[in-house]
Amino acid sequence: MLTLTHDPSPPAYRPQILEDKAGIRLYKDKANVSNQSTVQFSEQTTLMLAVRDNRDRAAFAALFDFFAPRLKGFAIRSGAKGGQVEDIVQDVMLTVWRKADQFDPQRAQVSAWIYQIARNRQIDVMRKENKPVPEELHYEVEDEPDAGQILAVEQEAEHLKKAISRLKPEQRAMIEQAYLGELSHQDIRELTGLPLGTIKSRIRLGLEKLRHELRGIR
Amino acid sequence: MADINHHIPESLLQAYATGSLVHPFALVVAAHISLCTECRAGLEAHNAAGGAILESLPDEPVSDDLKVRILDQLDAPFKQKPVYERSGVYPGPVMEALKGAAPRWRRVGMGVRQSILSAGQDGSVRLLFIPPGQAVPDHSHNGLELTLVLQGSFSDETGRYGVGDLEVANQDLEHTPIADAGAPCICLAATDAPLRFKGLVPRILQPVFRI
Ligand SMILES: [Zn+2]
Repeated sequence: MLTLTHDPSPPAYRPQILEDKAGIRLYKDKANVSNQSTVQFSEQTTLMLAVRDNRDRAAFAALFDFFAPRLKGFAIRSGAKGGQVEDIVQDVMLTVWRKADQFDPQRAQVSAWIYQIARNRQIDVMRKENKPVPEELHYEVEDEPDAGQILAVEQEAEHLKKAISRLKPEQRAMIEQAYLGELSHQDIRELTGLPLGTIKSRIRLGLEKLRHELRGIR
Repeated sequence: MADINHHIPESLLQAYATGSLVHPFALVVAAHISLCTECRAGLEAHNAAGGAILESLPDEPVSDDLKVRILDQLDAPFKQKPVYERSGVYPGPVMEALKGAAPRWRRVGMGVRQSILSAGQDGSVRLLFIPPGQAVPDHSHNGLELTLVLQGSFSDETGRYGVGDLEVANQDLEHTPIADAGAPCICLAATDAPLRFKGLVPRILQPVFRI
């Protein structure tokens, strides 16, 4: 167990948190029943699960080190000014800690989840209105999370990242502007599509499984 | 859950995900996603794109003490925003707009009732109650209009819309939605311009009735 320090240097990277101790979830690869080895998720997913399941401050600090400077850049580009900028960073990071139980790697990567929190917060602060958000899906985590599903979502997100990096510079700049909140609704209508089809189908599989579980408990 | 056949067009979903949609439309989109797995997955896919962009941004150094200040607050008590659950046919985001109360219906004629959730410069969003067989009076609009069915169904020139279905109409569409037989049709409808009903209420009265 790492102790919390206020050392600005990032804490040691801890690749394996998935030990079989009381209160700690064990992730097994369902896709490979004959060889029930624990599986390795990305560093971000591992850190976020440690925050969610173990309230691990060192893991949170590591996420801060990666995301806070990027969230600051995001806030500036979306038009936040002065003290607003770091206020938004702070609100977003505190939400990551406080709402960690809503993080579900079967549906969203860490960066996708944080992106959504950040964009909603920016709108709340800058337009002084609450962005309407869909109902949260709540469900009992009686079943083991599906490690295969988590890995597949990570993999699709990697594909998407690569696809975005391969876009023509002007097209990439346009997509960046759109997701950073610099384009109006009318401008977005002109946008050419991103390759979102495969990641969407993968996420839908996860959601459909969840719907069955929801039905089961109702 | 009923089968949903009419979904959020991709450009609208992207506009919602990236936060460029005005409030009245964002409410309708959030309500539809509350009912629709397909579009929820689509939203998550857009968030994945947003996450990829976020990760690729250059570092903007933060103040030296920001991390300490945040870590110090992790255990501090905080005010939780109220969460509005679905109630009857009204999804969570609609209940939030209603502040947890039942809709306050007002008659607008011919058995049609409405309950305005918000109206302002960005447009308006309201609940509509349409008795079976009743037409929403023929109207045209000069902007975009989103209509989400919450109860019953309606049909117009473009097809049939049941619970969860979203109709997207622009200024080119002159349509006459008629509530189908059965339960009264309850819809969530948003426009970015004031509706111009023909022949229902004289134009001059429209600001008074806010329709
Ligand atoms: Zn849909």
